[in-house]
Amino acid sequence: MSDGKLVGIVLVSHSAAVAASVAELAKGLAGGGVDVPVAPAGGTEGGGFGTSSELIAAAAASVDRGAGVAVLTDLGSAVLTVKALLAEGDELPDGTRLVDAPFVEGAIAAVVTASTGADLAAVEAAAAEAYTYRKV
Amino acid sequence: MLDADFFRRWMTATAASVDREAERLTALDSPIGDADHGSNLQRGFHAVTAVLEKEAPATPGAVLILAGRQLISTVGGASGPLYGTLLRRTGKALGDDAEVSEGQFAEAFRAGVDAVMALGGAAPGDKTMIDALVPAVDALGDGFGAARAAAEEGALATTPLQARKGRASYLGERSIGHQDPGATSSSLLVAALAEANGE
Repeated sequence: MSDGKLVGIVLVSHSAAVAASVAELAKGLAGGGVDVPVAPAGGTEGGGFGTSSELIAAAAASVDRGAGVAVLTDLGSAVLTVKALLAEGDELPDGTRLVDAPFVEGAIAAVVTASTGADLAAVEAAAAEAYTYRKV
Repeated sequence: MLDADFFRRWMTATAASVDREAERLTALDSPIGDADHGSNLQRGFHAVTAVLEKEAPATPGAVLILAGRQLISTVGGASGPLYGTLLRRTGKALGDDAEVSEGQFAEAFRAGVDAVMALGGAAPGDKTMIDALVPAVDALGDGFGAARAAAEEGALATTPLQARKGRASYLGERSIGHQDPGATSSSLLVAALAEANGE
């Protein structure tokens, strides 16, 4: 547990619509009660497909409650941009972590887990565990 | 010795070269990518020259750190964090010196290329920018002209390779027979070094 502070979740996709919809879906499936801070960072600032470091940094700042921020991404430049920001820069809040997880299933697991007041390590583990859920 | 002005000229020459070659880069990115490499890099390097003019950083390291940060913010595709990391890590390795030797630069640029490999997970032969950058770093000891020739040769040599990283890797064998756009733009970046040096 983390002093009642909730872990923030950032969802980075090449598409603004995908990021926003997955955020809405994850919050919807987490149910009522606790309002987990979740922010989408999708597409470029101009509204096209791609990745924007500014949107990612703004989203991370907006969900930071002091318990860390879990960032989930789709692929390619979304992954590389978050990694580059974490490795070289000071653009993201302290305690921000790129979580290796499937985007939709991982987001749901992360938000539900965060809603229990779990710490960043537990949120990360829950999201990553979504990889092991086989559908066939 | 190389001063901040040399590194500004390097970035300006790269921007001009990317402008000249933007259509070709995008054309190379059409069969095996998403046809945005030329326009993405144009946007990025235009922003780099603008911010360098505005903020006028005083040391070689500061020029490259600012340029790298700008690329990460403005490109919008995978080449942003990759080129941004290359320049930013090279700049950090140069430290605060007002002037650096060609040998210091070669060492710093190798640190930058290593950081790109760590970030993207690509190795030589994967049909990426690494296939131009690694030969260029290896040739830098013989001067910027040698590095330019090695990078161009490395970019050309990506044509018969099958992509193992990035979007092109999904195409499997269909990626064979196309020159890699990232290796091509990397050879432009290295060629601009020689140009900035008046070669």
